[in-house]
Amino acid sequence: MSHKILMDAGSVGRSVTRLSHEILERNDNADEIVLIGIHNRGVPLAGRIQAKIKNISGVELSLGSLDITFHRDDYRERLVIPQVQGTDISFSLEGKIVVLVDDVLYTGRTIRAAMDELNSFGRAAKVQLAVLVDRGHRELPIKADYVGKNIPTHEGEHVKVTLIETDEIDGVYLIRSQES
Amino acid sequence: MKIEKIADNLVLKNGTIIDPYLGKTYEGDVWIKNGKIAGVGNINIPNDSTIINCSGKTITHGFCDIHVHFREPGREDKESLQTGSRAAMAGGFTRVCVMPNTNPPLDTPESINFIIKKAEKCPIHIHPIGAVTKTQGGNDLTEMGLMHQEGAVAFSDDGLPIQDGAMMRIALEYSTLMDLPIINHAEDECLRAEGVMHEGKISTHLGLQGNPDLAESAMVHRDLELAEFTGARLHVPHVSSEKAVHHIRKMKINNEKVTAEVTPHHLFFNDEALRCFNTNLKVAPPIRTEKDRKALIEGVLDGTLDCIATDHAPHTIEDKETTFDLASFGMIGLESCFGAVKKVLVDEEGMTLESLIKLLTVNPRNIMGFDSDLFGEGIEAELIVVDSDQEWTFSREHVQSRSINSPFYNKGLSGKVIHTISCGFITNN
Amino acid sequence: MMLQHKHLLGLEGYPAEDIQTIIDTAFKFREVLDRPIKKVPSLQGVTIVNLFFENSTRTRISFELAQKRLSADTVNFSASSSSLKKGESFKDTAQNIEAMKIDAVVMRHPTPGAPKLLTEFIDAVVINAGDGTHEHPTQAILDMMSLHEKFGKLKGLKIGIVGDISHSRVALSNIYGLLIMGAEVTLCGPPNLIPPFIKELGVEVSTQIDEVIEWADALNVLRIQRERMGLGLVPSTREYRAMFGLTQERLDTHKKEIVIMHPGPMNRGVEIDGTVADGDQAIILDQVLNGVASRMAILYLLCGGKSSEGDES
Repeated sequence: MSHKILMDAGSVGRSVTRLSHEILERNDNADEIVLIGIHNRGVPLAGRIQAKIKNISGVELSLGSLDITFHRDDYRERLVIPQVQGTDISFSLEGKIVVLVDDVLYTGRTIRAAMDELNSFGRAAKVQLAVLVDRGHRELPIKADYVGKNIPTHEGEHVKVTLIETDEIDGVYLIRSQES
Repeated sequence: MKIEKIADNLVLKNGTIIDPYLGKTYEGDVWIKNGKIAGVGNINIPNDSTIINCSGKTITHGFCDIHVHFREPGREDKESLQTGSRAAMAGGFTRVCVMPNTNPPLDTPESINFIIKKAEKCPIHIHPIGAVTKTQGGNDLTEMGLMHQEGAVAFSDDGLPIQDGAMMRIALEYSTLMDLPIINHAEDECLRAEGVMHEGKISTHLGLQGNPDLAESAMVHRDLELAEFTGARLHVPHVSSEKAVHHIRKMKINNEKVTAEVTPHHLFFNDEALRCFNTNLKVAPPIRTEKDRKALIEGVLDGTLDCIATDHAPHTIEDKETTFDLASFGMIGLESCFGAVKKVLVDEEGMTLESLIKLLTVNPRNIMGFDSDLFGEGIEAELIVVDSDQEWTFSREHVQSRSINSPFYNKGLSGKVIHTISCGFITNN
Repeated sequence: MMLQHKHLLGLEGYPAEDIQTIIDTAFKFREVLDRPIKKVPSLQGVTIVNLFFENSTRTRISFELAQKRLSADTVNFSASSSSLKKGESFKDTAQNIEAMKIDAVVMRHPTPGAPKLLTEFIDAVVINAGDGTHEHPTQAILDMMSLHEKFGKLKGLKIGIVGDISHSRVALSNIYGLLIMGAEVTLCGPPNLIPPFIKELGVEVSTQIDEVIEWADALNVLRIQRERMGLGLVPSTREYRAMFGLTQERLDTHKKEIVIMHPGPMNRGVEIDGTVADGDQAIILDQVLNGVASRMAILYLLCGGKSSEGDES
């Protein structure tokens, strides 16, 4: 296996800052924006964006977390049932601008499940998507509104994101499995 | 299993002859001419004889089971006298006593006669046991005298206890007229209640209604005292508990008219085997704890329990393949009996093969007054050839009964009957 | 995570880590039950039969709700008592269900061992919703989840179970589950309603309700089951209330923090006073909600993956 560093801690920090500015820029009414982080690493990312936005504009956005396990589309195919972290959305989404936050956008299935689950909490006015990395290879018609970095990948490659909150340091790595 | 007519001159050659009547064991041959014993030991074999090589095998009396259920008349779908005979011969039994809880029950001289006549066509000897009370209702005595004349060898309401003490007393008193034993299925109905297995740790784990050992021992004690009081002959069937063994041991000291039997399944299993709700182990009286099992073995070894009887109880698949509460009580046992008791008593507990054979031959015959000198010259041949060392696994192919309800499948047994000779027939097992 | 056993027939010998997994997952489903739209698609296309050979409203409703919230398809079968009498229907019923290709059966039956017998006739997942006087594992799981919610743990808790123990599948499953999870259990009730060999399971026994109240962190109060008794084992309801009832006066004399549970339905004024049941110390309604959540967890964990050819126990 080979590791290649694509973003270091500094890059990650700058991307988070830019994403936060873009979110504020794109939406007129900051008060209507809510941030929902998708487990696992979308959660701390959403937290950082919330902090950054407060810093920039003085507005503290509502923050929630989403566990999409129960809404996966592959639940009958798996032999092993994934660990459930739990969803925590303690406010209504009715009429809100929901910004979903995740670390890597890949096939798009996670986001489809997340949008499905959001329905259970009310009808949002808009749903937007912010990701740190978009690695392509979509299997569904899903696109991100805010992207930290576009990283085209090949089969056999894997993008790994580490964050201080979960993994001790910030970074984005390209992992290539060794050809046999 | 093939059953064939016995050859005019049949010689069982080079076997180890165990004669439980004379108490002797020796090497030799047995010559059977026209179905009767013509010579035993060192004999001149006639030229045209059919010879069966018995080297390494044991030749001994055919077994006698004084407690079987052959379901005829009424439930021939479970077993008939004919199919029961096959099951018996598969297990080495040449003589059995059938219990009267048929439909209609054997509670008249006419019904006794029915069995006697039907039995004449069977390849083993079948003796009817008559009911104690009419319809087994527990109220009115049957015509024991007339039934005895027709061929009844004992009296029992087996399946049901004689719950009323006064009735048991009357039955015992009246039986002295015929000098025949009363066999009471001793389980106090009130204490037993709805119990479906032994009341103990396992029944508590399983949430099943329990049947405590004192339901048996209390009634056994009552029967023993009544037997002493009336001077009658009492035979205690299928003893299952340590407490009952204890009572019998005590009362036998002063009363030689008391006898008792034990089944192979009570010697082989304990209630741990019921953890899987296996209905083939649902039996009355129930299979009890390891402590009780050991006490039963002790009772066999010291003579408190006189003989082994299978309580062969065939049931249909539908009777057994259902929820535990609704499953019928009982299991077949003739085919697996010897292999099971030989394993427990001889292999595990150190009893001699000769002593075990007594429990299956002379002892039950004595209780019923049947002739026991089966190697005597001129006696109609009632013998078996046994491979006492053969280890085998019990399976469906060994079952000759019309029913298949046995808990012994896939169990390792020790000792197998190879040939059974009886009523002019011989089997190849 | 995957549960080690294919079916849920009882808690006897059940792995502690699996009980913990079920409870943890159940709390996640509690959250689903707080949403405006209380539905997840996890068991879409899964067919579950509720096979009830014995009357039950609350357990069946609880299971039905759990199934529907998971988007499963549910079918209810209530066998009349007459078809039970000869028992022939049992095997035939089972095989008919199997022929219709269902995924799971939730069964309640009056005879111990019946769910186990069912597993011998069908390939589907079997969940025991109560088999006579044997086990009621989903009840014990929701009880343990409720205790976990209140105390944050199960290990070391002191739980008293009060009532007709000898006829109670709720008691037996709770005994198994609580002991596996490291709690201590004391049983309390009339001496003739406590099975003679029950101490062999690892519990203590007392006939003095006041001593048990002093000792326990929580009490699980069982209903006096008239329909199971037949023989009139308790002299009268007033006698039972005086000797074992959780009355307001009795609780007031003890003046202690104790959690009160009841599997329902309650005989108000017999084993428990109405004011106690409605009071602050009782968590009876939480038990009901946890019942739906924990049954969702059980169904999800047993039916939510590819059906494997694994352990059939």
